[in-house]
Amino acid sequence: MLQVSVLRTRPGFSLEASFAAPTPGIIALFGRSGSGKTTLINVISGLSVADAGDIRLDGEVLTDTRAGVAVPVERRRIGYVFQDARLFPHLNVTGNLRYGEKRSRAAPQIIGFEEVVALLGLAQLLQRRPRELSGGERQRVALGRALLAQPRLLLLDEPLASIDVARREEVLPYLEALRDQLAIPMVYVSHQFEEVLRLATHVVLLEAGKVLAQGPVNELSLRPELQSIIGPDLVGAVLEGVVTRLDPDSGSADLAVGTGTLQVSLRDVPVGSRVRLQLLARDVILATQPVQGLSVRNALASTVTALSNDDYGAVLVRLDVGGETVLARITQNALRALNLRPGDAVWTLVKAVSTRGHAFRLASGP
Amino acid sequence: MNDVPSPAELDALRLSLEVAVRSVGFSLPLAVLVAWILTRARFPGRMLFDAFVHLPLVLPPVAVGYVLLVLFGARGPIGAWLRSHFGIELAFTTAGAALATAVMTFPLMVRAIRLSLENVDRGLEEAARTLGAAPLDRFVSITLPLMLPGILAGAVTALAAGLGEFGAVITFASNIPGATRTLPLALYTAMQSPSGDALALRLALLSFALGLLGLLASELLVRRVRRLLGR
Repeated sequence: MLQVSVLRTRPGFSLEASFAAPTPGIIALFGRSGSGKTTLINVISGLSVADAGDIRLDGEVLTDTRAGVAVPVERRRIGYVFQDARLFPHLNVTGNLRYGEKRSRAAPQIIGFEEVVALLGLAQLLQRRPRELSGGERQRVALGRALLAQPRLLLLDEPLASIDVARREEVLPYLEALRDQLAIPMVYVSHQFEEVLRLATHVVLLEAGKVLAQGPVNELSLRPELQSIIGPDLVGAVLEGVVTRLDPDSGSADLAVGTGTLQVSLRDVPVGSRVRLQLLARDVILATQPVQGLSVRNALASTVTALSNDDYGAVLVRLDVGGETVLARITQNALRALNLRPGDAVWTLVKAVSTRGHAFRLASGP
Repeated sequence: MNDVPSPAELDALRLSLEVAVRSVGFSLPLAVLVAWILTRARFPGRMLFDAFVHLPLVLPPVAVGYVLLVLFGARGPIGAWLRSHFGIELAFTTAGAALATAVMTFPLMVRAIRLSLENVDRGLEEAARTLGAAPLDRFVSITLPLMLPGILAGAVTALAAGLGEFGAVITFASNIPGATRTLPLALYTAMQSPSGDALALRLALLSFALGLLGLLASELLVRRVRRLLGR
């Protein structure tokens, strides 16, 4: 468990944030630029000082201003992967990797040099200088360097921000591997919801230095506070399910979600894998009668549980689909035409292809 | 025809080199410390300290030599103490010439080192910190290697300048052949003698060559180290 409750006030910005999240796992600090995400992880790392508050990791106190406790940064054993990597230019990749390793001999060994090199695909880079590396390679080395310091917590400050969108795949799969194979808890700062969807186990939503909401990704996806940050087009319920059938020819898969089955567009994920996907509310169609002759692959019996106006003139319909909650975004006109009320039975229609790019494998399958 | 170069010339060259090397060796660690204080430390009177360090750049060298004589002379407060406790004599000795040279070239060295320290990315030190490096460890493993180009540039520039220090040396250490008569002092002496024109010219050309060599060496060294440091 990572428990943080801190206050830091500086002219022009004040951070007043509290959250508690389970460990291990990836805790995403999500919010717009300037919302205080980096300040918050700097306070957790100890690089920035908290004016008041306390920070506990698995019961151990790292900061407690009332008791006058502030463990120095160099003795916190908290790894930090900076946005700009910050590799040491006078050392080659091996030198960078060994830097933290040499200084962590007294700490319990979590991971060894060879394992890090294999896990992050660094074997070809060991003799290179930082300036000879691509952005993605740099971040992988920074990740390896932080891991070899045997951290009990790893902080990642938008590690993909300085990398071209097309080259982020040089890093993302490695982050997933870390999450699934190591027991090191991570705090991941991001302003890209897709990264959160793909990596996080717990989300802390920050806005103007304050925590707006926090919780598991699927719960948080239903919160109106998220909508104000990501905008109406990215709103949508996050569901988790297990792959029960795979059709490699059509690139589709059946997913057991709640008590029902969802046909989604998904490749290269073995049967039995856990998958997380987001059903974008704008892609979900509602029908008051069974439909025929439509290309839609999923027609799910469901119940309207709540209606709310969103901030953009449309209506957000909350639905119960086999025990899971799904959001649909429809116009005021559609709402009037269908005359929807809470408690009404409707058919929720989801195109399988609309999940493409919004579905991610969680942990390795069997 | 006299021997060229004459033993006196060789003596002057050897002495100049010795004085310059000793002065750099003595003042380099101190210059790193002072550069660090001026760049990183915040304390009242920092500006005054800064000005004080740079004073030899603007003072007449004779004035610096005189102050050294007052402080480090045989009857001066520091000179008398050094003599009675360690048996060290500075006034009118080679060591004294090195001290005078060190004081005069100190600001040059501090400026070069300070510039390189200001260019060291504090973010790298923070990164080292998160990797478990304590303050002194960080300085030795990160800060010092990254400021190495500046340290070398400062040292070589000070060395080249130290070969030619005149005013402070002649005031504090006098013009003693074989002990404190360095190149510029030998040149000055030759100019005073009616038959010294040829010698003076040779010594002037030698000084010129040494200075040029020093500056070129400094530039090459800095480039080389920069490349080694990966920049």
